[in-house]
Amino acid sequence: MRRFLLPLAVFIVLAGFLAVGLRLNPREVPSPLIGKPVPAFRLAQLHAGDKTIGPEDLRGQVWLLNVWASWCVSCRQEHPVLIDLDRQKKITIVGLNYKDERSAAISWLNQHGGDPYQVSAVDADGRVGIDFGVYGVPETFLIDKNGVIRYKHIGPVTADAIKNKILPLAEELSRG
Amino acid sequence: MLQKSALALRQLLLALLLATGFQSALAAEGMAQPVGDPVIEARVNKLAEELRCLTCMGQSIADSQSSFSTDMKREIREMVRTGKNDKEIIEFMVQRYGDFVLYRPPVKSTTWLLWGGPFLFLILSLGFLVMKLRKRGSQVATELTESEHQQAAQMLGKRESDRT
Repeated sequence: MRRFLLPLAVFIVLAGFLAVGLRLNPREVPSPLIGKPVPAFRLAQLHAGDKTIGPEDLRGQVWLLNVWASWCVSCRQEHPVLIDLDRQKKITIVGLNYKDERSAAISWLNQHGGDPYQVSAVDADGRVGIDFGVYGVPETFLIDKNGVIRYKHIGPVTADAIKNKILPLAEELSRG
Repeated sequence: MLQKSALALRQLLLALLLATGFQSALAAEGMAQPVGDPVIEARVNKLAEELRCLTCMGQSIADSQSSFSTDMKREIREMVRTGKNDKEIIEFMVQRYGDFVLYRPPVKSTTWLLWGGPFLFLILSLGFLVMKLRKRGSQVATELTESEHQQAAQMLGKRESDRT
């Protein structure tokens, strides 16, 4: 009987590792930007092409930067959540319209229940997205009063993530 | 009836032929490399092979035609053109995408198991093998007792007599 103990132990350890591995999401790559200053940018606004927007305009407030596009399928999933968050008036949401066309982006907003963004920046060639380490849309960054990235949510934002993670952290940051 | 099915078969073959032709045309389009300085392109490719395509996981940026990889290659190409060295370009990528973007992760405290693991396993296995061999060696060397000798001789003798 004892000769089976070692193979059994090896099997259990291996199975344990594999079980943990299966639960990990390979798409969630931890961002090295957490705790770092938000990358500098100055981009044209989506609705007013002659005006620009950059992180300096948002200094002194805690804000969300949500990377979205009209071609992004899972953005549809998070859009109602963002609209709901905007209605609560607890945090400023800024959009980064990533590799999109202006007209397509605007009509997408109209078709999908409105515009939750205080303003959207147009990143047509995706350069600013690269500075943010964006590799899949949607992605959402929480940025503090001093312009430091505090949290990153990969994939569609869920009501659960807003309630349990983003808003509590944002409240803490605006107090501090 | 027969004629009808022959016609259907011919249509099917034609459809298949068109489909494969269309596909290879698409593939050729996808493979098209921007015409440029071969020296720059060679460096871009070398760097792209070191970097992981984050949207396709198992592929390097060089192997992938995804829009992520295309953008990355464009960034690398521009950095090469502006005279950045390889280290600076890799640093640029790591700052934005983390160590995960590298196909050869750096040796540091969080990755020592990754790098040392195989060697650790080799040493452990060698130790195990040596232990087993020693045990077996000592088993072979055990002396037979007198009665065992007799028993063996008897068995061997019996075998001999069986054969004749």
